[in-house]
Amino acid sequence: MEDKKPVISKKIDNFFRGLSDAYAFVKRFFVEVWFPPYEFKEILRQCYEIGYRSLPLISLTGFIIGIVFTNQSRPSLAEFGATSWLPALISIAVVRALGPLVTALIAAGKVGSSIGAEIGSMKVTEQIDAMEVSAINPFKYLVITRTLATTFMIPVLVMYTDFVALLGSFINVNQNEMVSLSTFFVQVFESISFLDIFSSVIKSLVFGFTIGIVGCYKGYRSNQGTEGVGKAANASVVMSMFLIFIEELLALQVVNAIRNA
Amino acid sequence: MRESVIEIRGLYKSFGDNDVLQGVDLDLYKGENLVVLGKSGSGKSVLIKILVRLLTQDEGSVKILGKDTANLTLRELNKLRLKIGFAFQAAALYDSMTVRENLEFPLTRNIKGLTRKEINYKVEHLLDSVGLPNTINQMPAELSGGQKKRIGVARTLILNPEIMLYDEPTAGLDPTTCIDINNLINQVREEYKTSSIVITHDLTCAKQTGDRMAVLIEGQFQATGSFEEVFEEATDPRVKSFYDYNFIKQ
Repeated sequence: MEDKKPVISKKIDNFFRGLSDAYAFVKRFFVEVWFPPYEFKEILRQCYEIGYRSLPLISLTGFIIGIVFTNQSRPSLAEFGATSWLPALISIAVVRALGPLVTALIAAGKVGSSIGAEIGSMKVTEQIDAMEVSAINPFKYLVITRTLATTFMIPVLVMYTDFVALLGSFINVNQNEMVSLSTFFVQVFESISFLDIFSSVIKSLVFGFTIGIVGCYKGYRSNQGTEGVGKAANASVVMSMFLIFIEELLALQVVNAIRNA
Repeated sequence: MRESVIEIRGLYKSFGDNDVLQGVDLDLYKGENLVVLGKSGSGKSVLIKILVRLLTQDEGSVKILGKDTANLTLRELNKLRLKIGFAFQAAALYDSMTVRENLEFPLTRNIKGLTRKEINYKVEHLLDSVGLPNTINQMPAELSGGQKKRIGVARTLILNPEIMLYDEPTAGLDPTTCIDINNLINQVREEYKTSSIVITHDLTCAKQTGDRMAVLIEGQFQATGSFEEVFEEATDPRVKSFYDYNFIKQ
């Protein structure tokens, strides 16, 4: 017991140190983001890397989600003779929750890990130090550009996932219920409100920010050589996913409160 | 009296219980190549990282070109950093950029208003200087260890530094490439009129590049002077053993 006490106290100490360090990192982002140089070229390059290069995976996932979710929901609705509600059900599920959540989780895996590994590798090979000694602010060039790119691109990817998922759902509904494209989308837009779309966009901005800042933070703080790079990539994904679920729960509470007000 | 470009006084640095630097005093004089020798883990790299404030000292003062680095604002520090070239041990070239972009990066971000022609001239001239004009469009991953180190030196020279800091310039290189790098260090001093600190544990590199040696043992400089004074006339057994273990006596 006597041996364990210092270990526990050290762990608690490390936890709060980590929390304080993460807070300082996020605070630094909000302080430095407003001041030049703005590195527009690098932001655009990151938007291309994060957005365009994620399209194949996002397209496939969104399309399959649309088909599978429609297929799995049909038997339950069929019991009540309510298969005509499928477009409404799918649209609400996709726009409110599935689209943002699935896109963010995929981006956390694909983009978050790549940011964590890239910056981590730059850290252990002294490339970040090389920027500093050349009087270049690495935080601005690496962290702010990547975090802004994820913050702007995740909402775009979410909209795209919503569209592709609904398209997948339409194909399934069209084959089984013979519903036309226009009828399907009329039902979709009748069942979702401005609040649904607005909250989805805001939520996606937060998810995007989380993925970017966590990836950068874990990369920036990596050490212990190549092992540290792997750990940074892994920790970026785990921490981003954990935070995304927490944010999803909080967003749900806030949106429900607004809806019921 | 010789003019000091770097003055280090009473420098202390610890990492946890490990006291790396324990009251280091050192001067780098204008135009000289000073070689700092020591075993791995003796604090040589820590010392030069403190000079550019990549690390901060626990105690003591560092004056570079007359400015106390501890009292500088970030803007002042960056202005000073432009006068110091730092060649990293593993070159630290930016992986995602070509050789041209690696050289342009510090230049375009620190000197505004340069035309494309001026930038190209500087980049091409420097690559010629380090003997690698054909690597301009290559990625760092396509270069050998020696080429990377040369490009790393070229990247620091693009801002015309007054002081050069070399961190283990010959580490991990074959003997022939080591001699090329040693010649490059001497060539840089001649062409760019720099004052340099060369961190190494390679005595051949020390002998070929250094005007003055300083041997760092147990956190302090135990011997300073010319190569002959420090090693061939060494009386301190720790300095002597360093020489005996590292240098192939003829």
